Amino acid sequence: MASEQDKLLEEVTNREYQYGFHSDIEMDVLPKGLNEEVIREISRRKQEPEFLLEFRLEAYRNWLKMESPDWAHLKIPEIDFQDMIYYAAPKKKPQLNSMDEVDPELRATFDKLGIPLDEQKVLAGVAVDAIIDSVSVKTTFRETLAEKGIIFCSFSEAAREYPDLVKKYLGSVVPPGDNFFAALNSAVFSDGSFVFIPKGVRCPMELSSYFRINTMNTGQFERTLIVAEDDSYVSYLEGCTAPMRDENQLHAAVVEIVTLDRAEVKYSTVQNWYPGNKEGKGGIYNFVTKRGICKGDYSKISWTQVETGSAITWKYPSCVLMGNNTVGEFYSVALTNNYQQADTGTKMIHLGKNTRSLIVSKGISAGKSQNSYRGLVKVSKKADNARNFSQCDSLLLGDKCGAHTFPYLEINNPSAKVEHEATTSKIGEDQIFYCNQRGIDTEDAVGLIVNGYVKEVINQLPMEFAVEAQKLLQISLEGSVG
Amino acid sequence: MLKIRNLHAKIEGKEILRGIDLDVKAGEIHAIMGPNGSGKSTLASVLAGNEAFEVVEGSVEFNGKDLLDLSPEDRAREGFFLSFQYPVEIPGVSMTNFMRTALNEQKKYRGEAPLSASDFLKLMRDRKQLVDIDSDLTNRSVNEGFSGGEKKKNEIFQMAMLDPKLAILDETDSGLDIDALRIVANGVNKLRRPDNATILITHYQRLLDHIVPDFVHVLYKGKIVKSAGKELAYELEKNGYDWIKKEME
Amino acid sequence: MQLSEHDIALQRLFAENRELIEKDAAPEVNAAREGAMEAFSKLGIPSSKVEAYKYTNLQAWFKAGYTQAYGLNGATSEALKQFECNVHELDSYTLFTVNGKFVAGSNVEALPDGVEAGSFAELSKKHPELLKRYYGSLAKVEEDGFVALNTLFATDGIFIYVPKGKVVEKPIQVVNVLTGEQDLMVNQRNLIVVEEQAQARVLFCDHTMSMSRFVVNTVTEGHVAESAMLDFYNLQNQHNGTVQVGAYHFDQETRSLLNANYFTLHTGVARNNIFSRLGGPHAENHISGLYVIDKNQHVDNFSFINHAVPDCESNELFKGVMDDASTGAFTGRIFVAPDAQRTNAYQSNNNLLLTENAKMNTRPQLEIYADDVKCSHGATVGQLDEHAMFYLRARGISKEEANILLMYAFAYEVIEKIQVPALKEQIRELVEKRFRGELDKCDSCVVCGQLGTGRVKSE
Repeated sequence: MASEQDKLLEEVTNREYQYGFHSDIEMDVLPKGLNEEVIREISRRKQEPEFLLEFRLEAYRNWLKMESPDWAHLKIPEIDFQDMIYYAAPKKKPQLNSMDEVDPELRATFDKLGIPLDEQKVLAGVAVDAIIDSVSVKTTFRETLAEKGIIFCSFSEAAREYPDLVKKYLGSVVPPGDNFFAALNSAVFSDGSFVFIPKGVRCPMELSSYFRINTMNTGQFERTLIVAEDDSYVSYLEGCTAPMRDENQLHAAVVEIVTLDRAEVKYSTVQNWYPGNKEGKGGIYNFVTKRGICKGDYSKISWTQVETGSAITWKYPSCVLMGNNTVGEFYSVALTNNYQQADTGTKMIHLGKNTRSLIVSKGISAGKSQNSYRGLVKVSKKADNARNFSQCDSLLLGDKCGAHTFPYLEINNPSAKVEHEATTSKIGEDQIFYCNQRGIDTEDAVGLIVNGYVKEVINQLPMEFAVEAQKLLQISLEGSVG
Repeated sequence: MLKIRNLHAKIEGKEILRGIDLDVKAGEIHAIMGPNGSGKSTLASVLAGNEAFEVVEGSVEFNGKDLLDLSPEDRAREGFFLSFQYPVEIPGVSMTNFMRTALNEQKKYRGEAPLSASDFLKLMRDRKQLVDIDSDLTNRSVNEGFSGGEKKKNEIFQMAMLDPKLAILDETDSGLDIDALRIVANGVNKLRRPDNATILITHYQRLLDHIVPDFVHVLYKGKIVKSAGKELAYELEKNGYDWIKKEME
Repeated sequence: MQLSEHDIALQRLFAENRELIEKDAAPEVNAAREGAMEAFSKLGIPSSKVEAYKYTNLQAWFKAGYTQAYGLNGATSEALKQFECNVHELDSYTLFTVNGKFVAGSNVEALPDGVEAGSFAELSKKHPELLKRYYGSLAKVEEDGFVALNTLFATDGIFIYVPKGKVVEKPIQVVNVLTGEQDLMVNQRNLIVVEEQAQARVLFCDHTMSMSRFVVNTVTEGHVAESAMLDFYNLQNQHNGTVQVGAYHFDQETRSLLNANYFTLHTGVARNNIFSRLGGPHAENHISGLYVIDKNQHVDNFSFINHAVPDCESNELFKGVMDDASTGAFTGRIFVAPDAQRTNAYQSNNNLLLTENAKMNTRPQLEIYADDVKCSHGATVGQLDEHAMFYLRARGISKEEANILLMYAFAYEVIEKIQVPALKEQIRELVEKRFRGELDKCDSCVVCGQLGTGRVKSE
């Protein structure tokens, strides 16, 4: 029985990375390396306003003084930041009006990715901002959204067309000197998405962006900024893939969210960057800073993430609960296999009164991977009646992997109620046997059990995304029972 | 003994009690019945002083005192007892310590001398016998690890210990097997005196076979919509609540 | 790592007094100093930037300005007669240390044949092979600056040896007294060896006898051999001018049992470093702690439970009540090594904050490298259960009384773990009194009934 399971485990965990194709699209790239001149050049090519260049340079100068963080439970190889390309754009710069005008190669890429860019998917009601390497290629549904006063465009465009909004909010949640990777992003970010939901508007469709790293030795540094004014609502989806390469590629994104009174933002990620091959060669280094601030009273930010990719993941989507009666949520599934390493979790910073936060984290480790949850719940002195509940579970598939939990609870107010629970276990053999006895083979049984295990998180995702996430999980580990 | 007038109460902004009127005199047994969500348990909680509920209107007089003006402990000390629908588990507090503290605080309130340890233990034994409770119940922490039935029996034992003037039994019969039900009912009957009174909150006629009420009230949507003698309980048992709902709408 | 000026001053202090320090110490203890010197020059006293010390900054306290406890500072066994030290109705073998040095024992001659309890310096002559084998084998100088500092300055402490198959029924009680007119730094070293199938109960109680400031750095190593049992208790009841770092390193072999219990009822700044290695299959431990603190007191319990082999079980429970402007901290790491299959490890940390100035930082941690395990941890910070509160009040119990009852009930889960009935009763009473405010919190030695020393103003 055991050996059969081992075989299955191998079969499944050895499965090839499905999205590891590479597209031959002509690229406009800057030479490798990073210095002030490169930053000025990025800013120049993107025709940015002066304040953005200043922002970049300030961040760069901060970054030079900083060191790569070493507190995570990760083994991070030395990264040579001079041996990296900081700007790459498709050469035929698309200023397109219809889908037909999109570069056929690019469209084929999107088709392979299954991105809902065509008419069929339009019916699904998804507006997409697709980013290849560093430049936003196409934004669908702009007009529909514009009617409601919603702005959804590439970051570069926003910087040119809505400089006041960008200036007001950029860096207001993640300052340019926040941490090593955020500072790097602030210095060199090339593109990303900008979302603005005006007062009282409920965004009628899910907004979605897809990121893909294509060019060799490219770092991808996208920057996303979402602003939700009073009484507004938006659900934002982000998906990521990258081609297979032997070298490691760096991804250091920053996402900032601001919610004003009674606004709600739901941010969902399905991250499937190339995790490296089964010997641990190649793969994306994913160092991401995501943070939202519930600035207005009664506002809410909810993070949902399904992390299956990347060689290294370092990511802590956080909520600063500044307004009174604000709510922060974090739902996460992190799956690691082979030699993948993940150190991910959240920070819930309770500042306002009657704030609430919920953390649900489900880790799954297989192969020789290391998977850590790291989270902070902080209740400041003035945050009366704060409530937090955290549930962090780990599931181990195989005896060569590791599952770790590192919560920090810092409580400075006696009216707080903070509870943390965590469990670590392997899939129950009795559960698998029970399924077997009912005629379900072991691989399907594991799939069933894992799906049940992550259900609470997957349920938070919009329908199409949930289906995709489930498929991804199946591909990544189904049957991995040691 | 108890006079409720136009009692309105809400929880989290939702009004549950919408004008209750009820009179209970010494020596009487009242049964309050009604479908789920009609406000039966809310009434019990409000009378006991649960701060989760907000009284918006109305008055409750208990032996000449304004009940709503008293803290939960003072209500208890005045002789008001609630048998909880879901008795709370308190690990680490022994039943003996708990009961002794409760009894002596009530005695202090009435200006009586506290019981000595030996008198107290004697009373415990005596009351256990009265309500047919096996001894190991009292050597444990309050309700901790008790089965549903044991918890309910423990409530009746506490009632016997504290000897209240008015007891409200909030669904004390639910989840009890027939033996436990008999023990609970016998306990209540034995404790019955001309100078005390009991309100039974229940779903089923079953309990009323063992404890015969003088009055039966039907609570529906936060109001008492029907009051009659014990025959009303049989009618409800036979016909359900639908006919009352129909009558109301 | 850059040494601070205090670290350098401590190094100099050692160099200047080395002769005095080494004079009466065992050769094995002296032999360890070279390594300690090297380690200390790399580590120094950890600042709060060191992850393990994130919530407790001790750098400010550990400096060279204190008198060092090389001698007895005038305290003799004669002086100890002024207080009777025995747990109420506790029949025990009792040993005293004053400022880290063994001074007297009562009843120890009645110990079972072959069982030893006494001065580190003395017994090391009798059992040099034990010292050689065990001294510094668990508390590694290169892993912690405080262990390095202790190994550098240590001269004496308590050595308890229970040979194979011996069962010591009565508890061995060690009373550590701090006294003297001057501010004092003490580096005490203890060693407990419980051999195969032997059993012992050891109770350490730490307290203060004079108003001076005391900075204490204790290292205790405990070996629990195959099928042996060690019941270990530490009671802290010191004035609030005390700063104590206590390291407790345990190693357990196959089928051994360890119960370790930590009670902090009064102190200034206290940090416990509790390490336990389950090194043989079917070893089991229960580690618990209770801290009830107020004013500006600070207590930080740091623990590391190392499941090095398969089939072991660990249970950890720490509970705290923080009043006034006190701060509590807890870190509990459960480590399960690769292939340590069929591990059961449970940990829980619960805290009550009573005032708006009280604080609690807690870090329960799981680090797991084997899959067939059942591990869990939980942590809570909050208030007393409001449903329980209402239930009590509905029975006529006043809010104040209900408060005390529930706080006591909260603490009881830890007290319940005490295996010595007389001690359990003593602690139980004490904690209840403490919650009732009947006990002047640093009035006297809680265990020994020593007369009060009043309070030292905190800096």
